[in-house]
Amino acid sequence: MAVDTPSQSVVKAAGESARGRSRGTGKRRGAPKRSFSTHWYAWAMVAPVTVVIAVIIGYPLVRGIFLSLTDANERNVERSIGVNHIPASYEFVGLDNYADALTGSQFLSTLGWTLVWTVSCVSVTFALGLALANILNRKIAGRGVYRLMLILPWAVPGFVSVFAWRFLYNQDNGLLNKILAGGGIDAVPWLNDPTWAKVSVIATNVWLGVPFMMVALLGGLQSIPGELYEAAEMDGANAWQRFRHITMPGLSSVSTTVILLSTIWTFNMFPVIFLLTRGGPGEATQILVTQAYKFSFEVSPRDFAQSSTWGVLILVLLMLFAAVYRRVLRKQGEVW
Amino acid sequence: MTTTTPTPQAVTNTPMRGRRSPLASVALHVTLIVASVIAVFPVLWVLLTSLKPAKYAITTDFFKETTLENYTNLLKDTPFLTWFANSLLVAGLTTVIGVFISATTGYAVSRFRFPGKRGLMWTLLITQMFPVAVLIVPIYNIMSSMGLLNQPVGLVITYLTIAVPFCAWMMKGFFDTIPREIDESGYVDGLTPFGTFWRLILPLAKPGIAVTAFYSFITAWGEVAYASAFMVGDENLTLAGGLQKFVNQYGAQWGPMAAASVLIAVPAALVFLFAQRHLVTGMSAGAVKG
Repeated sequence: MAVDTPSQSVVKAAGESARGRSRGTGKRRGAPKRSFSTHWYAWAMVAPVTVVIAVIIGYPLVRGIFLSLTDANERNVERSIGVNHIPASYEFVGLDNYADALTGSQFLSTLGWTLVWTVSCVSVTFALGLALANILNRKIAGRGVYRLMLILPWAVPGFVSVFAWRFLYNQDNGLLNKILAGGGIDAVPWLNDPTWAKVSVIATNVWLGVPFMMVALLGGLQSIPGELYEAAEMDGANAWQRFRHITMPGLSSVSTTVILLSTIWTFNMFPVIFLLTRGGPGEATQILVTQAYKFSFEVSPRDFAQSSTWGVLILVLLMLFAAVYRRVLRKQGEVW
Repeated sequence: MTTTTPTPQAVTNTPMRGRRSPLASVALHVTLIVASVIAVFPVLWVLLTSLKPAKYAITTDFFKETTLENYTNLLKDTPFLTWFANSLLVAGLTTVIGVFISATTGYAVSRFRFPGKRGLMWTLLITQMFPVAVLIVPIYNIMSSMGLLNQPVGLVITYLTIAVPFCAWMMKGFFDTIPREIDESGYVDGLTPFGTFWRLILPLAKPGIAVTAFYSFITAWGEVAYASAFMVGDENLTLAGGLQKFVNQYGAQWGPMAAASVLIAVPAALVFLFAQRHLVTGMSAGAVKG
């Protein structure tokens, strides 16, 4: 398979960026006209994306980093009250916000729960997705119907699913507690007790995440040639050995990509937490993203500086993770 | 190498397990049935609740009495249809534009070597890591200075930045599986690069497009944070924002909420039905083998 996996190309991009850039500039300076006439259609095709990303992501990022170095909040940013225009009066405070965040207990405890949340969601989702994909990859009656039903949670808009779960979790009238009551078990405060709330949000997110994982892994499984399994069976390999030595290696590039993506998405999974518990009870299920959102929209005065600081820290953490993840895999001899 | 045929289960790819014992078969079916029930049940339960009259709304009786009153009340008492139309407009535009620009981007990245390509690919991945929280205030400011606050266009542009990076990756991977000889035959016949892309490659990339469209639509349809921050006023809200209002207004009235949820899920389910045939093929070529 001569196709680059995304991850491969990204690694190449990362590894060669410094080198490649200088070489590239030299060439371009030498023959700008020819470069333009050769590449104009490629540039034209990527232009819309580049412009949109530069304006809507690039500028906000720069702005976010800038705000994180100030003490901006609702009371001192540029604003208009009626006809009066009040200019910004916030001040540059250097790295104070970062120092506060990293030495205070709130950031670290939120980070701790965010890590628990991400690791449990991704690992459980991956395990379930892999198991279901393996079953669906067999010849089994009604496979199409099962697949349709199993992908369903992905097709339902997030806030609708979250509503459905809130409904099931409801302490007094929710179906889960009614079923438990039928079995003579006391009602469980699914969303009102810190520990149960954590379990509940993880369960909901797993439910939402399994279909993507399953579909991706199923695609990976279907690209493994059937002859490999036949040959292994002839050589007397048992089911576990076939799984260990054919399926796992065959899925490694798929797995590395989906685990990376799903870790990034889960780490930043705003809607599930926000709609299910609003970070409560107390701050028990608040992850970094929802807390950062709370700083800029729900506390008074709205604290833009703090919010941006947390946002930048989230970004730094994820980039560190991606870099480390890549390096570990490379050490283990993975292709990318 | 995954083929580009729309049927995902190429027979030769499926490992032959002819000797599976009946017991194992039963175990597999039981596992699948349990998993399917868990997958479908929460949604089904909402559907059932939406058909119950208010006095039974929170009971566990299945079919004591069914009624459509939740739906009629919903449509009568709230600007639900307006919200619905707003959402449809936003999600539809996001899907059409998103598919188009991620296809051109994916094609350019897949076929051409050009200065800036590596940087672009890297940017597309990093973009996924950006937390809503760090972007939302600055984007809010941009939109407000461009006068796009409370306008569907503002939301569409924002959603494109969420959907397009992943879609462009998938399309790139998908185009990689289409042989280059097809492009070359296009050039030989005198087509421009755009012509080749538009007339030859795009029609072959239907599974990839289906997945991209599905992803863009679902992303735009179900997004909450930007929608609630950018849109105010009853007539401008999308469903996500509207539903939030609804919760405050109706408190614990589960019936109307359930009816609203069902109506919201319908368009997404339709897009899903249209795309699901292609999901496995499209994803395996795109996201997976990239």
